[in-house]
Amino acid sequence: MAVLNVNGKSLEANADARTPLLWVLRDTLGLTGTKYGCGIAQCGACTVLIDGVATRSCQVPLNSVGRKKITTIEGLAQDSKLTKIQQAWLELDVPQCGYCQSGMIMAATALLAAKPQPTDADIDAAMTNICRCGTYKQVREAIHAAAKA
Amino acid sequence: MTIQTSLGRRSFLVKTAAVVGGLSLGFRIPADDDAAEAAEIKEINAWVVIHPDDKVVIRIARSEMGQGTLTGLAQLVAEELECDWSKVTTEFPTPGENLKRKRVWGEMGTGGSRGIRTSHQYVREGGAAAREMLIAAAAAEWKVPASECTAANSVVTHTASGRKLGYGQLAMAAAKLDPPNAVKLKDPKDWKLIGKPLKRLDTLDKLTGKQVYGIDMRLPGMLIATIKACPVHGGKLKSFDAAKVEKMPGVKKVVPVDGNAVAVVADTYWNAHTALAALPVEWDAGKLGQVQQDDVTAMLKEGLDANEAFIGNKAGDAKATIAGAAKKVEATYKFPWQAHACMEPMNATALYTPEKCEVWCGTQNGEAALAAAAEAAELPVSKCEAYKLILGGGFGRRGRADYVRQAVLIAKQMPGTPVKMIWSREEDMTQDSYHPTTMCKMTAGLDAENKLVGLHVRISGQSILAALSPQSLENGMDSRVFQGFMPGGPEAAYGYTVPNLLIDHAMRNPHVTPGFWRGVNTNQNAIYMECFMDEVAEAAGQDPLDFRLKMLKPKYAAVLKATADKAGYGKKLPDGHFHGLAQIMGYGSYVAGIAEISVSNDGVLKVHKITAGTDPGYGVNPWLIDRQVAGSFVYGLSASLYGEITIKDGAVEQTNFDSYNVMRMDEMPEVETVLVPSGGFWGGVGEPTIAVAAPAVLNGIYKATGKRIRELPLMNHDLRKGA
Ligand code: FES
Ligand code: FES
Repeated sequence: MAVLNVNGKSLEANADARTPLLWVLRDTLGLTGTKYGCGIAQCGACTVLIDGVATRSCQVPLNSVGRKKITTIEGLAQDSKLTKIQQAWLELDVPQCGYCQSGMIMAATALLAAKPQPTDADIDAAMTNICRCGTYKQVREAIHAAAKA
Repeated sequence: MTIQTSLGRRSFLVKTAAVVGGLSLGFRIPADDDAAEAAEIKEINAWVVIHPDDKVVIRIARSEMGQGTLTGLAQLVAEELECDWSKVTTEFPTPGENLKRKRVWGEMGTGGSRGIRTSHQYVREGGAAAREMLIAAAAAEWKVPASECTAANSVVTHTASGRKLGYGQLAMAAAKLDPPNAVKLKDPKDWKLIGKPLKRLDTLDKLTGKQVYGIDMRLPGMLIATIKACPVHGGKLKSFDAAKVEKMPGVKKVVPVDGNAVAVVADTYWNAHTALAALPVEWDAGKLGQVQQDDVTAMLKEGLDANEAFIGNKAGDAKATIAGAAKKVEATYKFPWQAHACMEPMNATALYTPEKCEVWCGTQNGEAALAAAAEAAELPVSKCEAYKLILGGGFGRRGRADYVRQAVLIAKQMPGTPVKMIWSREEDMTQDSYHPTTMCKMTAGLDAENKLVGLHVRISGQSILAALSPQSLENGMDSRVFQGFMPGGPEAAYGYTVPNLLIDHAMRNPHVTPGFWRGVNTNQNAIYMECFMDEVAEAAGQDPLDFRLKMLKPKYAAVLKATADKAGYGKKLPDGHFHGLAQIMGYGSYVAGIAEISVSNDGVLKVHKITAGTDPGYGVNPWLIDRQVAGSFVYGLSASLYGEITIKDGAVEQTNFDSYNVMRMDEMPEVETVLVPSGGFWGGVGEPTIAVAAPAVLNGIYKATGKRIRELPLMNHDLRKGA
């Protein structure tokens, strides 16, 4: 039994030690906002923050997490108050199907924490998540908008 | 938060509740406690429910997969309802309810960009009828003629006295009235919501992780399954050794599915996945297991000159004209299989008992999902139900119900236990129904004045209908192969006037399953026609735009012209930049694209900008149309750049995004939408523009490099000059 630090709470996770964090979050802890898209670190749909670093949770075995701070999409808004990134996403209506957007928002959250005023090149480098609906243009605009907010 | 996945008291409600350990989704079957609530909430008619607090619920029959149809359809209903847009929410009626109510919501299928264009009339009438009933209820209350009352912003006003009643106050009485016999719809010039760039109604939950997709479904006692089907389509399951994995963590059962697949049912996806990977399985692919990619190419090539072919469009005598022409141009093109790769892999949750079968899934065709569930369960449709969830992408793939059938067949082997079946990305990529593969031989004849007088288009290759819907073939012919090439009709007519024309199809069907893939046959047809038109224009010594405009029918020409003007076609571009253009009619809309590209000395293509023109008749929501156009280019360009499914020993070779690449942020061109709705018809939006991206880019590449790329994907070509 592992005890994880997720979104500021201590949560018990009863799963095999090698289980990827993605599936622990989704199946064991019921935090289904983090998505499965490829399982091989290609798509970024499973992105969470681990000690503030954007991390593809499909590649993180449960037994490597310890007490590191995990933040998932469910942990961003506090008391229903959206973060400025979520707010920018809302104002620009970024999502289409929305399936990739948890990962996009988590990656953008880490990017803006590291670089509050990112250039287009910074965005290209940090935002390698796949969106099959093609929201790239809106994602870029929303990151710039959030940086200004 | 409550997500109502279906209707009224008979419905299931999915509730999210904070519990220790995070969020969990609990399920409840509404019982008597909902009856009181239901008594106050009145359905005015099938499309409109109004709550006492003025909340308006608009029922959406079509599926929402990101394309925005939910918002667009709500706009259509709300326009006529005259309700306060800020009070509007939506819900999906279930396919089972639709059947019980004699298909009061009409067709639920969501493909072919039909969501709005085939239902705008009756959904607006639904809104108008509800408005009339609300007005009648107010008039009765005030004992005045209804003609003295008006409705606006969810309030009915008696003009003379200034008395007012809100929709919430009137709903109960209005619901008891008979619907009007006929309603008059507004003149488009009076529209207040249609045509406005309103924001989507379904954004917030997609930003907080709350949106429930099929893959997120949770039911009490639910188990999770994952499946592997014979890697060679059409092959069979020979045997598997369940004993080898049954003791692995969490494994509950290993089950055969449909004679061609095997599934592991476990407590979590990871445990199911791990056990399935370790399961010894033997397949019987028969002769299909020996088919190689070269065999497929040879099969298609043979069709290019075959004597027999289905004729899709014919005028005059193309062959004789070309034979006697002053100048002849010929080229052969090829288009590969491409995967859908929806961001959310296929999945469905099923609960089976001998009396009843229910499924929860993202589907583009709720009624087909219901029918598939009933067939797999071997129960009457009336004892089954399908609950539609938001789709993590569809693109045509989720119009098929193969995954629903599988989920039910698994659940049937565990009666009473809900089972969520999830395909791995690898399964999703190898068991797709791919964009069909075809080749095309184009032959043109020019007269002495360099006019195009004869054109023969010979398509050879796969028919989607033959594989997925053979009953839709007409005397063996798949007319959809001719999308964009049809002699007429409101859907996909050919835009050029060529006096001697022959467009025919030699059907050649390799064993790999084809399917509807955003844009469908317009994708390759636009490449064949529009790239070849550039070749012919060059042979004629004319500019590609001028050459086309001489032959294009008015609506086609108007869109192409507007797009070219907006893009500054013919004006000076930055050094090394070139314009390529293309046009087509698809899904009832006229579209054109101008791509601005450059190719560096080391052969790297950059698509700087695509200017996209579209005339869909009416543009319901320009904000969403803009996003559909840009999104269609990402999907289409991803395929043009990288999309290629190949087979080896009968099986698909690409398994995940590492072997099937797609476009990312850094490759995204600027997209400018030129919306030129000319009115009087309703065309689609989700698909049409996708087809023009690739040919416009290819035509630009020729100008930049002198290379005619006639086979996709581009990654297989060396674009360096002289290479
Ligand atoms: S699921 Fe982890 S990167 Fe795709
Ligand atoms: S919004 Fe659908 S995959 Fe990104």
